[in-house]
Amino acid sequence: MSTYKMFFAGSGGQGVLLMGQMIAQAAMLEGKEATFLPSYGPEMRGGTANCTVVVSDKPIACPLIYEADIAVVMNLPSMDKFEPMVKPGGYMFYNESIIDRKANRSDIQAVAVDLAARAAALGNDKVANMVMLGEVVRRTGVVKPETICNEVFAEKFTGRKAALIPLNRQAFLGE
Amino acid sequence: MTTDKVLMKGNEAFAEAAIRGGARLYFGYPITPQSEVPEYMSRELPKVGGCFIQAESELGAINMAYGAGAAGGSVFISSSSPGIALMQEGMSFLCSAEVPLLAMNVSRGGPGIGGIQPGQADYYQVTRGGGNGDYHIPVFAPASIQEAVDLLYEGTELAQTWRNPIMVFTDGMVGQMMEPVKLPDYKPVLKPSEIAAARNWACTGYTDRGGDKERRVVKSLRMQPEKLEEHVEKLFEKYARAEKELARWESENLKGAEVVFVSFGTTARICREAIEILASRGVKAGLIRPISLWPFPNKAFDEIDFGTTKAVISAELSMGQMITDVQLALNGRLPVFLAHRTGGMVPTSPEVAARAQAVLEGLK
Amino acid sequence: MKPIFEYTKGMTEMSTHYCPGCTHGIAHRIIMEVLDEMGELGNTIGVAPIGCSVMAHQYMNVDMCEAAHGRAPAVASGIRRVHPDKTVFTYQGDGDLASIGTAEIVHAAVRGEKFTAFFINNGIYGMTGGQMAPTTLIGQRSTTSQDGRSKELNGMPIKMSEMLASIDGAVYVERVALDSPAHVRQAKKAVRKAFEIQKKGLGFTLIEFLSTCPTNWGMTPVKALEWVRNNVMAYYPIGVIKEPKEAEEA
Repeated sequence: MSTYKMFFAGSGGQGVLLMGQMIAQAAMLEGKEATFLPSYGPEMRGGTANCTVVVSDKPIACPLIYEADIAVVMNLPSMDKFEPMVKPGGYMFYNESIIDRKANRSDIQAVAVDLAARAAALGNDKVANMVMLGEVVRRTGVVKPETICNEVFAEKFTGRKAALIPLNRQAFLGE
Repeated sequence: MTTDKVLMKGNEAFAEAAIRGGARLYFGYPITPQSEVPEYMSRELPKVGGCFIQAESELGAINMAYGAGAAGGSVFISSSSPGIALMQEGMSFLCSAEVPLLAMNVSRGGPGIGGIQPGQADYYQVTRGGGNGDYHIPVFAPASIQEAVDLLYEGTELAQTWRNPIMVFTDGMVGQMMEPVKLPDYKPVLKPSEIAAARNWACTGYTDRGGDKERRVVKSLRMQPEKLEEHVEKLFEKYARAEKELARWESENLKGAEVVFVSFGTTARICREAIEILASRGVKAGLIRPISLWPFPNKAFDEIDFGTTKAVISAELSMGQMITDVQLALNGRLPVFLAHRTGGMVPTSPEVAARAQAVLEGLK
Repeated sequence: MKPIFEYTKGMTEMSTHYCPGCTHGIAHRIIMEVLDEMGELGNTIGVAPIGCSVMAHQYMNVDMCEAAHGRAPAVASGIRRVHPDKTVFTYQGDGDLASIGTAEIVHAAVRGEKFTAFFINNGIYGMTGGQMAPTTLIGQRSTTSQDGRSKELNGMPIKMSEMLASIDGAVYVERVALDSPAHVRQAKKAVRKAFEIQKKGLGFTLIEFLSTCPTNWGMTPVKALEWVRNNVMAYYPIGVIKEPKEAEEA
């Protein structure tokens, strides 16, 4: 597939924007075209957060999407909103730790990830979004896992945050 | 892998491009969705010897810009729709006094305080001018962060060349999104002592001019009507040249098109996708994308394939403002229709494609 | 022979448009004389306002920039950022500074902008034909307060200098009058002091001139000066309102 259209959605603080940015950055580093479009509103904390990412081998006509190859939903309202917008055959990754229903559709590939348990096993619930990002990247091939793990992490986690790279890599790689 | 690009948020890339293009003074007031611009400027301008002031209001900001510009500084300002409305008094003064300025409107939905989602309903405001009197401001509407960066990089020099404000008109979506951009190299800037010679109209004090005591006055007041008329006629000779030299556009797929979209900025990108959808349904559609909104690229419309094109659709995030210019440019040669959403709502490409099909159907 | 009077180089050689008996001419002259005496004419950029003195740039023999109504302090702030070593001043009337331009003057003072504001307080809108100003006295008639200004309807006349002096960034604020030779000499000293403080980079400086408008007040020039002395100065006392401590100045 030459173009991936993606939604990332959840509540503020779940790291959905960071996931989207990392995909866009990795795509750029791999020489692909990318757009990252966050929803923006008056809230500073909490509330809903979502973003749209398009990755392509050719110039991207439009950063706005109305259907997705991949939807990543971190809470129930996001799943309710974005599940209908996944293309038939597309992926929906959902956070089964806090979403108490299964996918409604059978024509999409629904991937349930128990983020709370996986992050707890790593001893840090703040890396839940990296666990999810790893699942998305490894299963869909939208970008190469090593681009995220090596180059994107090195650019995003600098200074004191550099110490967090091994933990994030572990979360991302599902080790 | 390596790349010469960086992934940047629109607003931050705009600010960086203005700095690299030579702007060293920024005066601003916070307003969504462009507040990252003053934030970036407050942090980055002092590092390159520039100056940032958070003004008391947009009125303060535009008048600081006017003063700094009149003194020969290279100034950049930005705001969003209601803030740009407040600056219109200043814009009129700058045009009359021929003070250069690079300005940007990261627009949102209106009227009134409206909302903060993207809009293009400031088309009349930026192309017609909300200030008083006879004047024009060249306005450029980028469709990507890279294009905005390139326009802003060029903008300081354009403003100085034309001795007029230059406006970059984009929207909240381009301001808030991220795309890979290639940043151009830093342009050289003037030292304060070099301003008097390089900008031979700027207020500098005559000691900077080696004993030439001829006063420099930057003003717009002309109490005698014959003098004011003469001044405005002179300004309009400049605007006539600008109409020839600054009209810019891009056109795609015009040959053999049944329907042609006219659209700028964000909406043009949606139209591009609508053209692909229409192609998959066997309908050939083309696009005229005005890059300059004033001067409006009238010549672009001569490129339309009048043998095949049955309708032109102005696609806008407003109730239809640019459509007036489209109709003037076509001068009755083809029927003109509108595809639009407003208030911060953005149409999807299938909606725009469906509108085009409905228009063609209606003409049968 | 020693000349006892010379035309200052600070003024252009043209007659002004001001009405007979108006004190704008005196204010212009002492400001420009001081700049001449300080050798600053070639280093100065002035900002003219909207109001009767909209054409000040024709008379003041320095580089000048005209500002929109009330915006002179913002314009001067911009000029200052491009030429930090120059002398910069604004010349503003009471409608300009005390009404439409209050935000600009207050925030210029808050930022401690290193320019001098000359505030011409004549208690009336002269250029537009004698309407009430924010500084019009209680009971004073104007074309928009035809029975005299009322406190109930319009509030009390605004005391800009006192208000601005309460701001940290304003380091020198003095109110002067132009009603007598002694007061004119005193005013000239104040102007010089303001420019000197500006040159030292201590902060924002403002001189308020109690000025006259015989035409719109409906008085002879002499009566107008008496009105300043007897009525205006009673509400707006002249003198230093705020000045830098000796230590800061040295």
